[in-house]
Amino acid sequence: MVPRQALEANLVTAPKVISRTSTSDDLAREYKWGFVTEIESEIIPKGLNEEVVRIISRKKEEPEWLLEWRLKALRHFLSLNYEEPKWAKVSHPPIDFQDIHYYAAPVKQAGPKSLEEVDPQLLETFNKLGIPIQEQKRLAGVTEEGPSKVAVDAVFDSISVATTYQKTLEEKGIIFCSVSEAVKKAPDIVRKYLGSVVPYTDNFYAALNSAVFSDGSFVYIPKGVRCPIELMTYFRINSANTGQFERTLIIADEGAYVSYLEGCTAPIRKTSQLHAAVVELVTLDNAEIKYSTLQNWYPGDKQGNGGVYNFVTKRGKALGKNSKISWTQVETGSAITWKYPSVILQGDNSTGEFYSVALVNNYQQADTGTKMIHIGKNTKSTIVAKGISAGHGQSTYRGQVQIMPTADNATNFTQCDSLLIGDKCGAHTVPYIEVRNPTARMEHEASTSKVSDDQLFYCLQRGLDPEEAHYVIINGFCRGIFKELPFEFAMEASQLLRVSLEGTVG
Amino acid sequence: MTQTATRYDRYQADFVHFQKSLSNGDAWLNEMRQAGVESFSKLCFPTAIRGNEDWRFTNVGPIANRQFAYPFEQASVDAAQVKALSPWDDGWVNLVFVDGRFDQGLSTPAMNRKGPYIGNLAALSAAGQAAARQHLGRHVDAAKNGFAAVNTAFVRDGAFVALPDGAADLPPVHLVFVASRRPQPSVAYPRILVVAGRNSKATLLESYVTLADGAYFTDGVAEVILQEGAQMQHYRLMREAAEAFHIGTTQVRQEKDSTFTSISFARGAAIARNQLHVALDAPGASCFINGLYLTDGTQHIDNNINIDHLKPHTTSDLYFKGILADRSRAVFSGRVIVHKDAQKAYALQSDKNLLLSDGARINTKPSLEIYADDVQCKHGATAGAVAEEAIFYMQARGLDVETATMYLVQGFAREVIDQIKLDGFRQYLELYFIESLPKYQFRSKNQGP
Amino acid sequence: MASTNGTKQPLLEVRGLRAAVTATGQEILKGVDLTVNVGEVHAVMGPNGSGKSTLVNVIAGRPDFAVTAGQVHYAGQDLLAMLPDRRAREGVFLAFQYPVELPGVRPWQFMKASVDALRKHRGLPEIGAREFDAMFKAAVKEMEMDADLMKRSVNEGFSGGEKKRNEMIQLALMEPRLALLDETDSGLDIDALKTVAAGVNKRRGPERSVLLVTHYQRLLGYITPDFVHVLVDGRIALSGGPELAHELEAKGYDWLKESAGTAR
Repeated sequence: MVPRQALEANLVTAPKVISRTSTSDDLAREYKWGFVTEIESEIIPKGLNEEVVRIISRKKEEPEWLLEWRLKALRHFLSLNYEEPKWAKVSHPPIDFQDIHYYAAPVKQAGPKSLEEVDPQLLETFNKLGIPIQEQKRLAGVTEEGPSKVAVDAVFDSISVATTYQKTLEEKGIIFCSVSEAVKKAPDIVRKYLGSVVPYTDNFYAALNSAVFSDGSFVYIPKGVRCPIELMTYFRINSANTGQFERTLIIADEGAYVSYLEGCTAPIRKTSQLHAAVVELVTLDNAEIKYSTLQNWYPGDKQGNGGVYNFVTKRGKALGKNSKISWTQVETGSAITWKYPSVILQGDNSTGEFYSVALVNNYQQADTGTKMIHIGKNTKSTIVAKGISAGHGQSTYRGQVQIMPTADNATNFTQCDSLLIGDKCGAHTVPYIEVRNPTARMEHEASTSKVSDDQLFYCLQRGLDPEEAHYVIINGFCRGIFKELPFEFAMEASQLLRVSLEGTVG
Repeated sequence: MTQTATRYDRYQADFVHFQKSLSNGDAWLNEMRQAGVESFSKLCFPTAIRGNEDWRFTNVGPIANRQFAYPFEQASVDAAQVKALSPWDDGWVNLVFVDGRFDQGLSTPAMNRKGPYIGNLAALSAAGQAAARQHLGRHVDAAKNGFAAVNTAFVRDGAFVALPDGAADLPPVHLVFVASRRPQPSVAYPRILVVAGRNSKATLLESYVTLADGAYFTDGVAEVILQEGAQMQHYRLMREAAEAFHIGTTQVRQEKDSTFTSISFARGAAIARNQLHVALDAPGASCFINGLYLTDGTQHIDNNINIDHLKPHTTSDLYFKGILADRSRAVFSGRVIVHKDAQKAYALQSDKNLLLSDGARINTKPSLEIYADDVQCKHGATAGAVAEEAIFYMQARGLDVETATMYLVQGFAREVIDQIKLDGFRQYLELYFIESLPKYQFRSKNQGP
Repeated sequence: MASTNGTKQPLLEVRGLRAAVTATGQEILKGVDLTVNVGEVHAVMGPNGSGKSTLVNVIAGRPDFAVTAGQVHYAGQDLLAMLPDRRAREGVFLAFQYPVELPGVRPWQFMKASVDALRKHRGLPEIGAREFDAMFKAAVKEMEMDADLMKRSVNEGFSGGEKKRNEMIQLALMEPRLALLDETDSGLDIDALKTVAAGVNKRRGPERSVLLVTHYQRLLGYITPDFVHVLVDGRIALSGGPELAHELEAKGYDWLKESAGTAR
């Protein structure tokens, strides 16, 4: 056991995907989250079959219905003959789905009853990453204006290892725990909503995830409750050749509000790792979910070796009237990103938002965007997507806006802008827009250009070096998105951008 | 694909008959036809299966599942009717094709003495043949496009416009393709080859009009080559019958400093597709592609525009507007690609739509693929009803809702029509546009007092 | 209440008018009573948000507002039962606070269509193009409008002042019996203000009534109203003669807000 004192000395006050006080030394390192934690893990053999699914389900002590659901998903997945979707503008060698471990977990006896029981190695890992899974103690001299509190659920490989601030949340009736725990704590809610937004038939990776998902976060905000602190899940891939398949489910009951943050990193490994998560959000009448992501999975090296394949299905259903779902994402990591956080605007007067920065450098590829499906009356969606391509990176915005015949007076505004740095990269925009209601109003604008010479010269003339000048301009280009992030996350995002842009100029 | 066999059999049978009917087929043309029929036998018509991105929103099943007979017997049509249907000016060089077959009597005599050749592809001199052979079928990719393949299989008559270097002050060239009234559903294969010499200037109008009212199929192919410094004003009028099918494939290749300005107007047809591909193949090449489309009933119009910026310093500007009524559907698919090293590319793309009725549906996809960095590219799309505040403003000036809407719809279209520099065509369109305006229903967001 | 002279004929009678924003149901007019007689000029003043703009827009039939109670009679007819275009053809003209842009619609054609719609309503034939052109040009000249501007689309690319001048050109051509001027003075420089005011004054007469809405007294320095009403929180709080405008200029509106609801 690491002495408490020592941990508190190391205590960081806010979640960090990178350190806000990065030194120049930090910046010089390509990917400083790339260390491996030597920790004893329990890994089930490679391969995908019914037995593997049964083992996962058994390990999680799941009820029969969930096992059945997993098996149905597996059968559906197998019926797809391992034919991955081809429409995205990404390329990678075929994935051998039998060559992956579908379950890895740090060895533990019974689950940790309290933070004190969490393996100190794990605590140390998250501390190193700047993630406070120790609850913040009020220390002498810390003022009221100190950094805001954040409840964290830390997921290490496939397993949730600690969730902080349980007591504060429980007082409000908020459930914030791992999905496996939720299956036991709130089986009715899980059963009602799991797969209700992203059915296992939705797409190739959603089918795979439904069959083998290991853990993830569950949030339930009861009627009329405004979650007093921000909730965060921190995902860490550690084991080699391990797929990470989390499943996140967030329900905001009538009039509820929650701001949820998500951060991710992985060690440097020569071979690529698969991450195929599913996130489902549901808002009932007058509820709001704000979901923010800083995605910093290992992007691979400068030659494009290794890195995480990030194939994620994220979707929210604004089920209730006047409800709102807002996605904000800053994507700088992963070798390949394939993700389209979407909103089904079903409730009348519901709102969907998507704010995104996607940066690709070296040989990274990102095919990302959103879908806004307008079904209810007076529904409103806003899409602001900023893409930055550098090195040999290829970035694609792929968005779908669909206004159904029932969506009277629906409005959509979309703006997607791309910046190119260097002549080896690519930036692509593929919007699919369908309008089937004459009272709807849809506007889409997009632009692609390089950093303007005039702006650059202006910055240089004010004494900035070319790299700093690019950073300043690109940071400005993304500011509208960063603004949507919780303050401290925004600071991190801005720093992450700087690190990711390293060496792109000159 | 089992249905395909029977469909293909029909075209195959007609093709055999067609070959026999050619009295003295030239070897190179016969080879081309043979290649066309072979490609078609492999490709047939595209199906809107998953993954066929190019045909995602347009299902040509109704074309593929029908039988269209090749019109072996040439119909004769009345000159007055043709002149009434299409824009017409006796001062233009008018070439008239009925069901794809050249009608000499209705056409201006071929110009071929020491200057441009503007006439029938099937009546070329040896020199003309040599010129046509260089380009015909070389630009459109019949091996990948079933519609172009079958057109190529049946290539015979067609318009050949060859402009020598520096040709200018030519009268506008008007190519009229008339569908005649036939006893059974028929197909026509209009074919156009335009080779504009260096620094030539010309105006070209293609009109697709009809005397028929049932189902028939127009499957056209045009190849346009603009050599260095050539400037072309291109217009395309599609005025097909409500139940007709129209697939037009246009392939434009532009050389250094050439300019291609095109305005298309599409009306009618159960299913229509205007498929245009422009290859900007040398520095300084610019294209300006404008379109206006009007749909009602259960019509379907698809504008499928591909622009390839292959070399540095090229410009493309796409501007399309659509007006949709009833349960009709329109598709706009713009794909602008700036290839690697095609620096200093400037690309604009816009598609704006007015939806007039509850059942109308627009799918618009203005996409950009950029592989160079020193570029300026923009695209945009809008869809919506006529502006409600504008309706009220006009009502407050005494105009009823229908009149106000009509003014707004006309105002919406005017932006495209006003750009037509060919007076005869613009005046024709101003009248025809109003005449062909679909019926609309204005649905207020608010319940008026 | 505006006092009515027994010999005068009422043109517009507003009784207990209540209206709300259609989309939200928020009530703006909370019981307005007002009579405008033939040939009179009335000014409605009031603080921002008092409902004065709403009042003239409701009279013109703007669909953004829904009448929830009350009546509006115009020349003895039930105005609220008429569609907005019918009201216009009956002679009700609204000069918009924010004139709407009509892309691709030419001012000349637009106004000719308007004038013809009015004439048709009165059983008159369409006006000849030449005759109309002369009227149009005269109106453009009178409002000192750049003639080239009138070759573009209606209000498109017009400055704020040009839009207001264009409204006055339309007023001149349509010769309404009741002109409703919605904040016509806002955004006008002094020259434009004088031109607009002169245009209105020229059209004052026994056949025409004017109901103008303004926040400031400025316009009233050029157009002297017969009556001034003060609208506060959706009701007329005070009515009087032209001197009331000066009083408001000096004292502002705050003193009225406290006594709102006690209209005298």
